Amino acid sequence: MEPTNPVVDYLRMDRIPHIWCPGCGLGTVVNCFVRAIHSCGIERDLISVVSGIGCTGRMAGYLRLDSFHTTHGRPIPFATGLKLANPKLKVIVCSGDGDLFSIGGNHFIHAARRNTDMTVICVNNFTYGMTGGQVTPTTPIEAVASTTPYGNSEEPFNLPHLAESAGAVYVARWTTFHVRQAIKAMKEAVQKSGFSFVEIISPCPTLYGRRNKLGDGLEMMRAFKEKSKVKNGADTREVGLDFKGDIICGKFINRERTTFLERYNTRMAARLGAAYKPYEGVL
Amino acid sequence: MKADPKGVMTGAHFLDGDHACCEGALSAGCRFVAGYPITPSTEVVERIAARFPMVGGIFIQMEDEIASSIAIQGAVWAGAKAMTVTSGPGFSLMMEHIGLAVMLETPCVFVNVQRGGPSTGLPTLPGQADMMQARWGSHGDYEIIALCPNSPQECYDLTIKAFNLAETYRVPVMLMMDECVGHMTEKVVIPDAGEIDIVERRFTTAKRGEYLPYETYGDWVPPMVKSGDGHYFHMTGLTHDERGYPVMNAEAQEKCVHRIVNKIKENADDIILLREADTEDADVVVVSYGITSRVALKAISMAQAEGIKVGHLRLITAWPFPETRIRQLADQGKALVMPELNYGQMYLELQRVVEGRTRSHLVPHGGGTVHDPEVIFRKIKEAVQ
Ligand SMILES: Cc1ncc(C[n+]2csc(CCOP(=O)(O)OP(=O)(O)O)c2C)c(N)n1
Ligand code: SF4
Ligand SMILES: [Mg+2]
Repeated sequence: MEPTNPVVDYLRMDRIPHIWCPGCGLGTVVNCFVRAIHSCGIERDLISVVSGIGCTGRMAGYLRLDSFHTTHGRPIPFATGLKLANPKLKVIVCSGDGDLFSIGGNHFIHAARRNTDMTVICVNNFTYGMTGGQVTPTTPIEAVASTTPYGNSEEPFNLPHLAESAGAVYVARWTTFHVRQAIKAMKEAVQKSGFSFVEIISPCPTLYGRRNKLGDGLEMMRAFKEKSKVKNGADTREVGLDFKGDIICGKFINRERTTFLERYNTRMAARLGAAYKPYEGVL
Repeated sequence: MKADPKGVMTGAHFLDGDHACCEGALSAGCRFVAGYPITPSTEVVERIAARFPMVGGIFIQMEDEIASSIAIQGAVWAGAKAMTVTSGPGFSLMMEHIGLAVMLETPCVFVNVQRGGPSTGLPTLPGQADMMQARWGSHGDYEIIALCPNSPQECYDLTIKAFNLAETYRVPVMLMMDECVGHMTEKVVIPDAGEIDIVERRFTTAKRGEYLPYETYGDWVPPMVKSGDGHYFHMTGLTHDERGYPVMNAEAQEKCVHRIVNKIKENADDIILLREADTEDADVVVVSYGITSRVALKAISMAQAEGIKVGHLRLITAWPFPETRIRQLADQGKALVMPELNYGQMYLELQRVVEGRTRSHLVPHGGGTVHDPEVIFRKIKEAVQ
């Protein structure tokens, strides 16, 4: 890579080569993420990235930012602690579909409900990559996983709809094919005050792709290109994903809601009056 | 360093152990608590929810104990002193994050107001049956510190102590209360802020780009850092090197585990707090902790009234286990009697240390109430024979 590439400075180059497979979408996601961070106008020192466990969970470890690789499913409550102790931090969670919506699903809905000021980026590859391709709450019906050898029969989550219902103020979905749009969405999400959510559909050719005869990383990307339909402002009830069906992409939600800390300070001041000094962090 | 007067409610108060624990946290400089309601610990967080906003702190009731036990760690990495509070079932849910705190070396405090178990057990009644869980509940090899108050005053004092030890050794410290000390109301004296010793967090002085999160510079404990300071540090629960980067091999594992274990073991003498009475010329020593140590006093005075030479060793620190002192007593041929509100948890450890040097006797109890002192007394009599 040439030294002028803005991405390099944000990577822990002493940890490259990374562990991800050839054709995996995670490299693209990191690239988009770094470009979004680089251009978002937020002071770099104040950015804190939190990941759970999984292939996506390794994202934090490659970023030259304050970064935390926590436990499976729990990056959101860790991020909640970071943010509430120091509200000046810009806290961003990057994790997988299994991490955020299976084991960590409860934390996601509660952080969205509270409208805790944080951004959650979910890399949805429809599978548990790290552990060998098991079924997740986003695996489409029919799709084969190592624990659904005859095809999945469970209804998956529609993540944008879940995020909107739980209270997210910003909701977008793009695929790793949509680099420019993904960068823009991540940038808008981190600039947004409140709980923002970006879903990135990403290929896991090694496990999900191969088992489902979807081809290599490149072929999966080609499918993303062909099957994606951009519908900004779409009704999130209509954006659920089928096996091999259309992928509705776009910015679905961008709304205002009082954040957790704003509401907290308003309430305390209303009740405690002048005795209460607005909470701005423990330090 | 002395306590910040803002959090210190100086004076003599009539408090239960749960409320005293909240005051101890405030005196210690704790300003972030995440918790989830559970009897008999709920009064701790209820008081915290009322008190913390008045002194620049914050309480958040999380969606469960798994979330609480990691939210406090996020807060610590943003610079806060933080704790969580729970009882049996909630403590069970926290185990993975005790391991995370051990591995990241996150200084933080876990309060467990013990009730009867297993499972939902006896929500409103005492137990001391989470002692081994506190020590070994998370997977992997590690050491933690656990303290056992036996009065509201000690709930206050030892909460401060727990924070100080957490900062000194960068380890999760367990405050192992029980329903009795949590709910009993007694006089609690809170000193002037200027009389309360506080261990401040030791932050790195490394220049930007030069900070190595797990470089100890010959010490046992590496200096801390907080997010936002421009060090771009990385923390992982994976086995890591001094840069904080994952390293997947046996050599790195050995180095990691060796230090995590030995930073506590090698400093055990500085960590361990004991109270002793009449042990010098005793034939029998009652070893106890928490509420049981107060019940034991009654049994001891009954035995002394009959002319039996019986002493008392009270474990304020349960973990690391006070091996040296117990081995000394055993070598002196004193019989040991250990009552506890479980079927022999700390007693297992006592037996391990005694290794047949002397006779030792367990006085087991399933929990739900405290021992009948008579039962302990009978065991003392049996032990002298
Ligand atoms: C408590 C716990 N349960 C299970 C695991 C094993 N595990 C590690 S990663 C993972 C799944 C990750 O899937 P996802 O979040 O979708 O990430 P991906 O690897 O697909 O990026 C699982 C089940 C674990 N580390 N911790
Ligand atoms: S297993 Fe799948 S998600 Fe994980 S690195 Fe390989 S391609 Fe990517
Ligand atoms: Mg996945």
